[in-house]
Amino acid sequence: MNYTVVKNNQRISVNSIPVVKYEDFMDTIVSGLMQDKNNHCANYFGYHYESKIKLVCCIADDANHCIYILSSVVDQNIILPSFTAHNLSFEKFEREIHENFGVDYSDHPWLKPVRYPFNANDKSKTIANYPFYQIESEELHEVGVGPIHAGVIEPGHFRFICNGEQILHLEIQLGYQHRGIEQLFLEKKSLLQKTTLAENIAGDTVIGHTSTFAKLWENLCGYTTTPELEFARTLALEHERIAIHTGDLSAICTDIAYQLGSSVFGRLRTPVINYFQQWGGNRLAKGLIRPGKTNFPFTKELANKWYDVFNAYEPDFTEMVKELFDLPSALARLEKTGVVSTEVAESIGIVGMAARASGVNRDIRLSHADGLYEKLNHKPIVKLHGDVFSRALIRKEEIFQSIEYIKQLLKDIPENLKYETNLNTPEPGSFVISLTEGWRGEICHCAITDYKGELIMYKIKDTSFHNWLALALSVRNNEISDFPICNKSFNLSYCGHDL
Amino acid sequence: MLNSLKIVYHQGKQYIPDVTTVEVPGIFRGRPIISNVKVDTEKLIEICPTHAINAEPVSIDLGKCTFCGECAFAFPDKIRFTKDYKLSTNERKGLIVSEGEDKPIDLNPDIVRKEIYRLFGGSLKLRQVSAAGDNSCEWELNAAGNVNFDMGRFGIEFVASPRHADGIVITGPISENMAEPLQICYDATPDPKIIILAGTDAISGGIFEGSSALDRSFLNKYKIDLFIAGNPVHPLSFINGVLHLIRKTK
Repeated sequence: MNYTVVKNNQRISVNSIPVVKYEDFMDTIVSGLMQDKNNHCANYFGYHYESKIKLVCCIADDANHCIYILSSVVDQNIILPSFTAHNLSFEKFEREIHENFGVDYSDHPWLKPVRYPFNANDKSKTIANYPFYQIESEELHEVGVGPIHAGVIEPGHFRFICNGEQILHLEIQLGYQHRGIEQLFLEKKSLLQKTTLAENIAGDTVIGHTSTFAKLWENLCGYTTTPELEFARTLALEHERIAIHTGDLSAICTDIAYQLGSSVFGRLRTPVINYFQQWGGNRLAKGLIRPGKTNFPFTKELANKWYDVFNAYEPDFTEMVKELFDLPSALARLEKTGVVSTEVAESIGIVGMAARASGVNRDIRLSHADGLYEKLNHKPIVKLHGDVFSRALIRKEEIFQSIEYIKQLLKDIPENLKYETNLNTPEPGSFVISLTEGWRGEICHCAITDYKGELIMYKIKDTSFHNWLALALSVRNNEISDFPICNKSFNLSYCGHDL
Repeated sequence: MLNSLKIVYHQGKQYIPDVTTVEVPGIFRGRPIISNVKVDTEKLIEICPTHAINAEPVSIDLGKCTFCGECAFAFPDKIRFTKDYKLSTNERKGLIVSEGEDKPIDLNPDIVRKEIYRLFGGSLKLRQVSAAGDNSCEWELNAAGNVNFDMGRFGIEFVASPRHADGIVITGPISENMAEPLQICYDATPDPKIIILAGTDAISGGIFEGSSALDRSFLNKYKIDLFIAGNPVHPLSFINGVLHLIRKTK
C-alpha cells in the first residue's frame, strides 16, 4: 500500500507514513484516491527534510471516516508535474509548496504567490508587485479594492475586471496578514505560548482553532481527552457557531441596506458573545480552551444562564428571520446572487458551510466525528442552489440546530472537575492530524515531532484556504454592486489564510 | 409593516445609557491588582506567555498582557483581575501596573496635544487599519458602533477613507506586508491627526513579538496619542479611552 490509514486525531509514528516515488505519489492521489467523490484533500504540505523537501498529503475519506496519509521526498528547486493539472482542488496547496520551497511545476496553470511569507523561497517577489491577470481591451476596465477596506475589517486586495457594471473576473490577492504563525509554533516553547498562538490564528474562530490545537496536542502527548473537556469544547463550538452566524446575518442585512435586520441581529449577537464572557471572562472566548485542562469548569449555574440568554434570544430571532426570509425586497437581493454550482464546488474542493450551501455534504461533525457529535446524531444541513440566499438560509437553520444540540448537551452536564495540567511532553517521531468543523467549516492542524519530541513542523489550514477561490468564482457575471453581499455571505478569514 | 413594527417594539431600547459607569456581565478580566504577598517570583514570571510580568517590584505590563489570567490562577493571592475595563492611557508606561497599587489607569494630561480637545472634542472620525490583526479587535471595534454600545452618539465614528479621518486606529502586530499600506494610509490622513493603538498585538506585538514576519518601524516614527489595552479591546475600553482623550482638558 502506498498510504497509511488514520482516524481523526490518531497519533502515528512519522516513520509509518509510506514514502513513495513522486510518480507513484501523484498516481495514488490523483488517479486513485481522488477519483472517489467521498474523498477530498484535507491538507497537503511540505517541510525541510535532510536538505530535501518532504511532501505529505492527507486525503480525507468522508464515507469511511478515515484519512489516508502518504508522502514523497523531492529535491528543492526541482520541476515536477502538478496535481492541479488533473484536479483543481490542489491549486493552492501546490502554489504554497512552490512559494515556500521553490518546487516548480511544469503544468500548473496559476503558479502565483499565496501569501508572501517572510521565509519564502524567492524573497525578490514582493506583495506590491503581484502579477494580476489582465485582459487587454478598450471596453473593459479594472477596479482595485484594498488592501485596506472601507469598513473595519482585515486587509486583502480585490482586483476586478468589469464590463460596465458586470464582473468578468475577480482575483483575490492575500498575504497582508502574514505573521509567521506556523514558525512561531516551533519557536515559542511553552504550552501556554502555543495555546495563545492557536487562539490568535483567527480571532473570530477562537474555539474552532484552539480546540483543534488542544485535541492535537493531547493526542501528541498520549493524553486521552476526558468527557468533561469534550463536553465543554463541543458546547463552546456550537455556541461560537450561533454567535458568528447571528453576526453574519446582521452583516448580510447591512449590505442590502435592510436596517431593521442589521440592527436586530446585531444586538441579538451581543448576549450570545457576552455569554462567553460570563463563562470564561472574554467575549471571544480567549482563555477558555486549554490542552488537558480547563480554567473555567462548566457548572449548573452556567447552564441556567445559558437558558436565560436563549429564552430571550429565540423568540426575537425567530420573529426576525421569518420577516427577513419573507421579505420580497430582501429576497430579490439574495436569490441567484453569487452562485457556486455543485459542480464548481466539488471541482475546487470547497469545504464547510459554503460547500453545504452548494449541495456538497461535507461536514467533519459527521464524516470525522469527534467527541460528542456521534451521540448528538448530527445531520448536516445541505442546500442546493449555492447562492447568497442558500448561504444565509443555512446560517439560520444551523443556528436552530446548534441551539437544539446545546439543549441536548445541557441535559447531561458531566461532573465538573478542575484539572491540573499533567500532560507529558509530546511523543518523539510522531504525526497527528486533527480536524474540526468550526462555524466556517473544516479546520485542519497537522504536527510532526523529532526524536526528542520537539515540534519540527506545524501546519494550519483554515477553511478559508479552500474557499477564497469560491468567492472569486461566485461573483462572475454579477453586478459589482453585489460584491459586498457575496463577500459577506462567505465571511472568509484573511488572517486564517495568511497565518 | 405590522410585523416590522412588532419587531421594533420587541427590540425596545437596547443602548447602554451610561457607557462610562455600566458594569460588564460575568467575569471580565480587566485591570489587575497585585498584592504585596511574597511569592516565588521566578515561577510567576515564567508563566506569562508574553513576558508581561516583571520583578522588583512585581508588575504587569498591560501593553503585553494577553489577559489570559493564568498568573492569577497560579497565584490567586498575588494577582487578581478586576472588572475595570478602563485600560487606556497616552503614555506607554502608564499601562504598567505594580504591586501594592490600586488606582485607575489614567491619561497624563500634560502630554495630551492641545488641539485634540479643541478640534475633536465633539466629533472624531477615525480610519481603522488592521495590520495583521486577528479579527478579534476589529470585531470589537465594529461592536462599539452597534446599537448596544452606540459610540456614534458621542460623535465618534469609523469612516471609509483616510481623507475623511482625523486619525487612525491600528490593530494587529503590523506585519511586514502591511507596513507600506499602513504608511500610505497615515500619509493620506490630513493634519492634525491622531494615532491610536488598540489591543495588545498593536501595542507590543503580543504573542507575535519577535516574529520575523513583522515590521513595526512605523511606531518609532510618530507619537502615539492613545494606547488601549485588551485582547481583544472591549468596546467599553475603546469608547471610554477615546472619550477620555478627546474630552480631556487641563
